[in-house]
Formats: sequence, structure tokens, C-alpha cells
Amino acid sequence: MDTGKLTTGRKILWAVVSVLVAVYALFPVVWIISLSLKSPSDVGNQQFWPTAVSWENYELIFTGQASELFVPALINSIGICLIATAIAVVLATLTAYAVSRLDFPGKKFILTMALGVSIFPVISIVTPLFNLWSRIGLYDTWLGLIIPYLSLTLPISIWTLAAFFRQIPWELEQAAQVDGATSWQAFRKVIVPLASPGVFTTAIIAFFIAWNDFLYGISLTSTSAARPVPAALSFFTGASQFEEPAGAIAAAAIVVTIPVVVLVLLFQRQIVAGLTSGAVKG
Amino acid sequence: MAEINLSRIVKKYGDGFPAVNDVSLRIADGEFVILVGPSGSGKSTLLRMIVGLEDITDGELTIDGERANEKAPRDRGLAMVFQNYALYPHMTVFENIAFPLRLAKDLGEEEIRRKVEQAASMLELGEHLERKPANLSGGQRQRVAMGRAIVRDAKAFLFDEPLSNLDAKLRGQMRTEIARMQRRLGTTTVYVTHDQTEAMTLGDKVAVLKRGELQQYASPQELYDEPINLFVAGFIGSPPMNFIPVRNQDGVLHSPFGPIPVTARDEAALAEAPELLIAGIRPEAFEDAALLDDATRQDRAVISATVDVTEWLGNEVYAYLPFEADAEVSQALAELDRDLDGESLRTQVVAALDSRTRIGAGDAVDLAFVPESVKLFDPRTGRNLSRDDENAARIAERSEAARQQALERAREQHSGAA
Ligand SMILES: Nc1ncnc2c1ncn2[C@@H]1O[C@H](COP(=O)(O)OP(=O)(O)O)[C@@H](O)[C@H]1O
Ligand SMILES: [Mg+2]
Repeated sequence: MDTGKLTTGRKILWAVVSVLVAVYALFPVVWIISLSLKSPSDVGNQQFWPTAVSWENYELIFTGQASELFVPALINSIGICLIATAIAVVLATLTAYAVSRLDFPGKKFILTMALGVSIFPVISIVTPLFNLWSRIGLYDTWLGLIIPYLSLTLPISIWTLAAFFRQIPWELEQAAQVDGATSWQAFRKVIVPLASPGVFTTAIIAFFIAWNDFLYGISLTSTSAARPVPAALSFFTGASQFEEPAGAIAAAAIVVTIPVVVLVLLFQRQIVAGLTSGAVKG
Repeated sequence: MAEINLSRIVKKYGDGFPAVNDVSLRIADGEFVILVGPSGSGKSTLLRMIVGLEDITDGELTIDGERANEKAPRDRGLAMVFQNYALYPHMTVFENIAFPLRLAKDLGEEEIRRKVEQAASMLELGEHLERKPANLSGGQRQRVAMGRAIVRDAKAFLFDEPLSNLDAKLRGQMRTEIARMQRRLGTTTVYVTHDQTEAMTLGDKVAVLKRGELQQYASPQELYDEPINLFVAGFIGSPPMNFIPVRNQDGVLHSPFGPIPVTARDEAALAEAPELLIAGIRPEAFEDAALLDDATRQDRAVISATVDVTEWLGNEVYAYLPFEADAEVSQALAELDRDLDGESLRTQVVAALDSRTRIGAGDAVDLAFVPESVKLFDPRTGRNLSRDDENAARIAERSEAARQQALERAREQHSGAA
């Protein structure tokens, strides 16, 4: 491979491709931002940009009429997703560690099961779950959403982390012990720094999955006690019955995108690929 | 500085197969000991038991007279260089080398910097201290791994095939470098390799292992001159020793290449030996009879054969002479070949001849050799029937004296420099 030395022609080609991809990916985002900044009367202005920038929609969802629906939903979403992510990452880390480090019967079975669980379509589980949750009192509670979210996030977390852990040169742990470290020191000073990028990456993926869920959110909740943002959006109505709530929904969509962007920016440094290269001969 | 003593060490992995079986070694203070053997012979296992990364199933390990079987690796005070270096990828070269010092805790930052820089300059790593291992070449990584081992005052250095990932040229350079460093520091060293050249050039003493069992533990010269059995004879030396089936009849050894006289040395040993024997002759023992003057030729035994292929190497010529082996011996030879990781392609003799020789492929040639250079082996047990224990003892004494002298000299220089 001669990736190191790009000719001018190739550079231009890459630049063009990158711009195209960026435009394709970012155009809808820009559109939503623009829509969220249009006042209700401006939504039908048949232009891409608002005639005048208005914060009306944001006021509507935070302090206005829609705030009763949106603010509790935002808190629910953040709380439920963080808890589900934390549990998933802790469990997946332990599982992946066992799967990649230890030899035990049923190792393949665990991985296959994890994959099997994630194959079931959500829609086929949601009705029985609704009945069960109603009966045991988990309907419309945080826990009632955290549990199904774990079934979404755990399999992918286990698979990502197991793949990541397999690449860690575990011999380093022994090298550290010979260098004078206790088992705990070897784990903390050598293994944790090497494993953390994988754990962070997994955490972010798990968070996204939970954050984006709509089906469980709409089916297993009935009030703002546990209803997450994607479900709440579907209950939005306009300022009057005859108005489309498009602007408010756009504003809400922008608001729920922000935590995701912040997360990625925050942990960008931790998600450095190839950190383990150079440990061993290769 | 330490003396390491292994007494009847056994290692059985989960499946009950003894990877190391009943190995006893005494490694004296400041000695450079090589563990050598084909792959899978238990060298790494033995080394890892010494350093504490593998439990000892049976037997006793003492370091400086103290039992160490149950000690954690960090309490043994040994430093190890791993085969694939095992550098910490998230640390700079400086931090990699400083790692053992930081764990020791009783050193100040100033002291650590001084020690790391000293080790780095010894290994010519000075300008790379702030780089990450990923950006270093194989040879540089190897030296960082060595730096991490020598930076603290470890009782002994343990190396597990440290040069096997380097290319041939660098391997030669690093080999000399390791020898120089060990002499300078005078630190007890155990070095694992499957390469007999490394074993012969580096070691004060070499322990030859085969399938977990110690075959012979002696100086390189003793292994070369007085191997204890077929395996050691075949493993040590390059190109390897030639093995020819011979029949001992009427005081003469009948070989596929003609008769070879029995020497006075071997007469007694042959009295109880079987008729069918394996004769071992090193390639470099052969001379082209045409190049010898008559007087010298008188003292030599001569065999005749047809040359199949020759290889000209500049300083010498390898001549290959095929022969048909007895069914009985060829089985013993094939088994030996398997033990040595070889592929029993054909039975042939290799002669390393002076490059002045005029012989070429297809020529009939007379090969002369000193009759005493033939070693006779019992094909059933592999035992060397020609081994001269007195000579072996003399060689051992001489090499021990040479080692003491070298160590003494290093100490003088060291104290002179300090
Ligand atoms: N962790 C292990 N579990 C089971 N068997 C092992 C293990 N490590 C090594 N062995 C076996 O022990 C024998 C010696 O291995 P090793 O010490 O690595 O040999 P060497 O270093 O001489 O190539 C081999 O037969 C190998 O298969
Ligand atoms: Mg090995």
C-alpha cells in the first residue's frame, strides 16, 4: 500500500469524495437546524433558510406549552440511557474479559447467544413485554425501559469489547509483574490504559442505541413518568390544532442531538484507534 | 548478582504431559547460561518457572540459596526480556525503561532520570527517549526491552529468544552487543534460544533440552567435542554432524564408503557394543586427500565416494555425498531427524572442504580425516560410546577458568572506571 504518498490527482479525488460525503451526511442536519429556527408562520415560506431567525420553537419546548411534554422526557431519556449504558458496559466488560482471556466450556455459546438475542425484532417482543410489565408493575417505569434497553445494548457491547480485548497484548500484564508490579498495579497501570479506548467506544455506541429507541419508549410508557424523548416527540401538537408542530419537533430533535455530539467530542481522545500497536514485534 | 539452583524441576500442564521433566541446573553467580533445544522442548516453560510466571509442579528452585518456588515474580528480583518485547505501547521509551524503577518507589525523580539515561546511552537509545514504541524499528524495540531489564539492579537477566524477530544482520550485531553487556555488568544470565549458533557463541554453559528433558549441561566446547549422545551431537554444530551406519566386524568399521579403522580409544567401549553402530563425523573434520602431503596422509583414514552436489561459499566448499543406509539404522536416523526438527529427505554426508579443492559434482573423491574425529554411537540408546570423560573434565575446567578470568577482568575495569 502506498497510502503514505498520495499523488496530487489522488488528493483531489479524496477531497471531492470527502466533500460529497460530508454534504450528504450534513444536509439533513442543517435543514433541521434551519427549520427549528423558523417561526410557525415562517415554516411554509418555501425557502431553505428562515426569513428571520426565531427562537420561538425552543421557547415552546423548554418553557412554553410543549415543555410539560419535553422537559420530563429529556430527563427520562438522559437518566434511563445513562443507567442502561453503565450497566451494559460493566456487564459487557466482565463478559468480554472472560471470553477473550479465559478458556472455559460454553464460551462460543455465550457469544452466539448474545448475537441471537439481538436478532429478535423489537416489534415481536414488545407486545408480550407490555403484558408482562403491566402485570408485575414495571409498566411506565424507568426500570421497565432499562431492562429492554440492556437487551439492545448488551449484545453489541459484548461483541465490540470481546473483539477489542482480543487485541490487547496480555503478555504485558506478565511483563509488568516481572518488572515489580503487583497484580493490581499491572492491571491499573498497563491493562486499564490499553482497554479504556475500547470501553469508551463501546459506551458511546451503547448510549446511541438506547438514546435512539422509539418502539420500546412508545409501547412501554404512558405518562411523563418514564416516557423518553423520541416517544414524546410523537405527542407534540402545534400551538393551535391547525398548526403543524414541525418547528417544535425540529427544535427538540436538535436538542436531543446535542448530548450525542458532546459525548463524542468529549471522548474523542479516548477513541484513538491503534493505541496498542507497537507493544509487540509487529 | 545471584546464584540460581534448579533441582529436579518438573512442569506438567493441564493435560498431564510433562513439558519439563526432572531438570537440574546450577547456574553460578555471573554465569551466562543458554537453554537450547528444538521448538517445544520446554525452554520457555523452564524460563517462565524461574521468573515466576508459571507454577512449578515439582522440584525446588532456589535463588541465592533461598527457596523461590512460591515467591511472586516481583519478589524474585529478576528481569526478563520477552520474545516479542512486551513494551508498554501507551508509554514513551523513557517511561517504559523507567517503569520498574517507578514501581520500586524508593527512588527520587532525579535518580530515575539518571539511571534511565545511563541505560539508554549504553543501548544507544538516547535520542529516542520521548518516542512511543509504535514508532520504533524492530531493533530499537528490542533495545528498549533490554533497557527495561538492565535499568534496575536485577539479580539476574532472563531472555526468551530475544533476537528471533530480527533480521539476520541485526541478529548478529545484537548478539555481540548482548555478550558485551553481560560481560560488562557481570550479571547472571539465562538465555533461551533454539539457534545453536547463538548458544555456542554466547554461553559460558549450554543446557541442551529435548522434549522437556535435560540432555547435557556443559561448555560449548565440551558439547562440540564430547557430546553425550546422538541428539546433542546432531544439534550442536553447523552444518550438523554426519551420521553414517557402520558394522563393527573384525576390528574394522564397515561403512557405505568403505572401511574405517577402530581407534585405540574406542576398542574397550566397543567390546560390549552391538555390531551395528552409528558413526558421527563433523563436516569440518574432512579434508580433500588430494591436497594433503604424503606424510600427513599416512596418519589419516580415507573414504572414497562420488560427489553429488557442491556449494562454494568462498572460504570453503560443501560437498554432498549421498549413501544408502541400512533399514535398521535408517529408522534410528529418521527418528533423530524428527527430534532435531529436520526433514529426513535423504541420507547423505556433508564435507566442508578447503576452498582450494578442485572437486566438482560427479567427481569421485577421497576424503581424509583423523580417525579419532569419528564418534561412535549406540543406535538403540543414542549414547556416545567414544566419549572421553577425562577430556570432557579437562575442557570443563579450562572453560570455567576462562570464565573466571573474564569476570575478574570485567570487575577490574568496572572498578577502574568507577
Ligand atoms: N500454557 C500451556 N498449556 C499447555 N501446554 C503448554 C503450554 N505452554 C507450553 N505447553 C507445551 O509445553 C511444551 C514446551 O513448550 P515451550 O516451553 O513453549 O517450548 P519451547 O519454548 O522450547 O519452544 C510444548 O509441548 C507445549 O505444547
Ligand atoms: Mg519458546
